[in-house]
Amino acid sequence: MELRPILSAMRRNKVGAILITVQMAITLAILCNGLFIIQQRVAASQRPSGMEETQLFAMSNGWVGDPPDLAARQSADMAALRSLPGVVDAYTTNSYPLSDGGSTQGCKLKPDEAESSTLCATYFADEHGLETLGLKLIAGRNFTPADVVEKGAHDMTPPNAVIITRQLADKLFPGKSALGESIYVESTQHRTPIVGIVDTLHVPWTGMSGWGSTFFYNSIIEPFRYTTQYSHYVVRAKPGQLAAVMQAAQKKLFEVNRARVLEKVRTMTEVRAEAYRDDRGLAVILGVVCAALLAVTAFGIVGLTSYWVTQRRRQIGIRRALGATRSTIMRYFQTENLFIAATSAVLGVALAIALNLWMVNSFEMARLHLSYALAGAVVVLLLGQLAVLWPALRAASVPPALATRSV
Amino acid sequence: MFAYYLGLALRSLKRNVVLTVLMIAAIGVGIGASMTTLTVFRAMSGDPIPQKSTQLFTPQIDNWGPTQQHVVPGDNERLQSQISYIDAVNLMNARPARRQSAMYATGFALTPANPQLLPFQVEARAAYADFFPMFDVPFHYGAPWSGADDAAHADVVVITRELNDKVFGGVNSVGKVLNLDNHDYRVVGVVDKWEPIPKFYDLNNAKYGKSEQIFLPFTRAIDAHLESWGNVNCSGHGKPGWEGRIESECIWMQFWAELPTAADAARYRTFLNNYAAEQQHSGRFNWPAHTRLRDVREWLVNQHAVMNEVRILVLVSFSFLFVCLLNAMGLMLAKIMGRSGDISVRRALGANRRAVFAQCLIEAGVVGLAGGLLGLALTALGLVGLRSLLSDEISRLTHLNVMDVSLAVALGVIATIIAGLYPTWRAVHVQPAWQLKAQ
Repeated sequence: MELRPILSAMRRNKVGAILITVQMAITLAILCNGLFIIQQRVAASQRPSGMEETQLFAMSNGWVGDPPDLAARQSADMAALRSLPGVVDAYTTNSYPLSDGGSTQGCKLKPDEAESSTLCATYFADEHGLETLGLKLIAGRNFTPADVVEKGAHDMTPPNAVIITRQLADKLFPGKSALGESIYVESTQHRTPIVGIVDTLHVPWTGMSGWGSTFFYNSIIEPFRYTTQYSHYVVRAKPGQLAAVMQAAQKKLFEVNRARVLEKVRTMTEVRAEAYRDDRGLAVILGVVCAALLAVTAFGIVGLTSYWVTQRRRQIGIRRALGATRSTIMRYFQTENLFIAATSAVLGVALAIALNLWMVNSFEMARLHLSYALAGAVVVLLLGQLAVLWPALRAASVPPALATRSV
Repeated sequence: MFAYYLGLALRSLKRNVVLTVLMIAAIGVGIGASMTTLTVFRAMSGDPIPQKSTQLFTPQIDNWGPTQQHVVPGDNERLQSQISYIDAVNLMNARPARRQSAMYATGFALTPANPQLLPFQVEARAAYADFFPMFDVPFHYGAPWSGADDAAHADVVVITRELNDKVFGGVNSVGKVLNLDNHDYRVVGVVDKWEPIPKFYDLNNAKYGKSEQIFLPFTRAIDAHLESWGNVNCSGHGKPGWEGRIESECIWMQFWAELPTAADAARYRTFLNNYAAEQQHSGRFNWPAHTRLRDVREWLVNQHAVMNEVRILVLVSFSFLFVCLLNAMGLMLAKIMGRSGDISVRRALGANRRAVFAQCLIEAGVVGLAGGLLGLALTALGLVGLRSLLSDEISRLTHLNVMDVSLAVALGVIATIIAGLYPTWRAVHVQPAWQLKAQ
């Protein structure tokens, strides 16, 4: 196909061609950045927590007043929950994964290591914690009742033992086994032995940027029974019995003691949905905008190309009369569009990378994979071809006889 | 003349319905997308207390020193975003500002008087009496507690109208008693609707969330050992127990001061620096004074009150609007050039360039108006969509006001007229004789 007549025709319609080129370039830039962000958010919202989520629910228990017999009340609650039919196990804690609230500290190899300590999310659990959450212990052992002590609101007792995640073990002790090693947590005087390593345990925070985003799997578990006015109860039900157990557990707890407030009673599935709601929301919004963008650009191409076809009806007729086939005419418009789309693909990829770099600098975003830019370019080329199909078909159906007719 | 041009514009638009519909749809969709995100952006970046935002200041004091690992989110200048109890009390005792209040987030289990009802949780804020006049908090019943109540560590509370409706059925509850964690507090005032967005005075948790339902004297809250329900960040290891917390360098409190003039603010800055220097002399800090005083707007910027996600969405949606306008421009160009014949006839019959220009712009304006109205409908739809997609906290930011509505329509008309300028210019330069001859 000759490019020369196409180029010379385009030169007569400069503005139209430029408009389409710029439109397609911006579409490409937004499209691939949008898809990249969508992919990241969806991937984040599917990151495993390490918990047996489908069998779990959690609730926050608050006692009315600050009763002195907290420990006894809590033991009674746990005994009541564990004895319920359908319950696998239960424990009480300061925080649980994806809950968006909890505490962090610096996990240190040396007591005075202020600068190089690693941020760790800290969970408290007794010997029932691992079984309740369904965590996979890959080395060492669970806590024993002998490890577990009570911890009140402002207690500073150092833990007797600690269980850490595989990721944290790799970070603190690269190339060797962390089991049997010890770290400084909660105290600068007391070394705490690492007795177990779990495969995966997500921190309470899920944001893509800011708090927690740099240490998603740096979690430790300390053998404490968290006896304060407010604590979280986590309960694991037998498969398929979660809803029934949730109802029964609340009823039972109010039977044991009425002077309490149960809040945030949520299945772990709900906890996850809530934690990632805004991430998923963003992905959906970007998806809708990208789709609308593609549609608008496609219709724009259809509109302008149709106009060009109308404008050139006589020339098309003449070409047909001089022997051009229908497919030659179609190919003319398709090549024209391909040329415009290719130009905008080059522009668009550059624009996409620039947009991404700006977002990397301003929003701590990840670098765009080049594959997204290339995929975006392919999409834009295909979109152009698809959009030009109808006007091109119309052009091809211009009868040669038109050339003989004078207007 | 305007009416005549309007008639011409409508007739011309009717002649090519497909192109007209495409143009209006493109502009409408673009306006809809950009106004939807702009509404949320404007709510997030809005001024929560416009009448006073340049007179309210929050101090920052580096009480951790340069060697500490700074783990506080948003901490970029080696300055913590909250202050310790020690500093809160010292600043309160000095009272150099017209009004000032240390404060922190806490909460209670509220036991209703009706024994049939279960206790429930309420969020509370411990503050000083100045909190209310300083932040222009409107009262529905009663009034704030007094400075004497602060000094007496009194068992008094101010509650919100919402809580008053729930617990007291909306009647004037001043003088009545609330059972909070087994302790009786006397209601002295009921706050009318007061919901600054963002919640500038404490951005640590739920930046765009509701304000607390109960307010009580700071001094009383400390006496009662009321736990912080907000963020507590500690550096190093202190002593155990509530006393340990009080004496620690943990940061968990907010502090605001009202400084009406620039001179007041300058004086407060000096005071703050002198205070930190004093702490260095007394041996508490072993580093030179490092403090900041920011007003409400500076504080919101410093604490990143606008979510990055929303900035991205605004950027994307305005690029989208731009694409839509380019699109409309192309279509308008096609439409107007397709009518070169008409324009030539009009010109030949005596219409001057200005008349043709006016006519084409009015046509663009009509398209823009229609697009703007469609955009408005789509914005309303988009906000409903956002509400179902995003968390409740952010859903609070999705309300259209009159300003947004007029902005949407104006944006549609103006943007379309700008997009229509080039096609119109081309139309004006159509050569009547040449065109007529070609026909």
